[in-house]
Amino acid sequence: MNIDKLLDAKGLACPMPIVKTKKAINELIAGQVLEIHTTDKGAKNDLTAWAKSGGHELLKYEEANDVLKFWIKKG
Amino acid sequence: MTEKKKTTIVLFSGDYDKAMAAYIIANGAAAYDHEVTIFHTFWGLNALRKDADIQVKKGFMEKMFGRMMPKGADKMGLSKMNFAGFGPKMIKNVIKKHNAMPLPDLIDMAREQDIKLVACTMTMDLLGLQKEELLDNIEYAGVAAYLGDAEEGNVNLFI
Repeated sequence: MNIDKLLDAKGLACPMPIVKTKKAINELIAGQVLEIHTTDKGAKNDLTAWAKSGGHELLKYEEANDVLKFWIKKG
Repeated sequence: MTEKKKTTIVLFSGDYDKAMAAYIIANGAAAYDHEVTIFHTFWGLNALRKDADIQVKKGFMEKMFGRMMPKGADKMGLSKMNFAGFGPKMIKNVIKKHNAMPLPDLIDMAREQDIKLVACTMTMDLLGLQKEELLDNIEYAGVAAYLGDAEEGNVNLFI
């Protein structure tokens, strides 16, 4: 997978992961992929819902050592 | 592109915790690409107050109100467990510990995200608050302007 941008949102609490993700995705063009790392336990549901509403595609989700990782393709 | 969705929030409460909830939802909605309006009325106006002492001409009642109400978001009390001002100190410690954003930062973030902050002019008169005492670059309006936004709103909250 080609990753165009990495966002480190570790340690940030709601609503910052989603606010930062929005900012980061604004800098990409459609089809590009954003990788996000966060430690906010609500992020799984938050980012899934956010991506769906914005027409983006959640390509992959992974969890390791309390870090949640997401790969979102801009729609 | 389709037309943007709208979120409107009426912030009636002057409690730190309730205002925090309102501003977190507002910032989240902005990240959802909504056009967001927060309409501040009654005690919620205090979230927009400057913390400095502003000299403006006022009558006795207005002065009393001005003195008794918190000067700005950081001075607001909690809706529960306020403990005469000790509660807010505790909650701010916990906010820091968990890396959450304190209310003044949430308000800054809201402005950065172009959230429309509106002060209700009728209640400003009731509480004796003048434009000089509120943050710069906010809007002033009444119920009709709020309804104008809210009737197209996809999310409308009263807090």
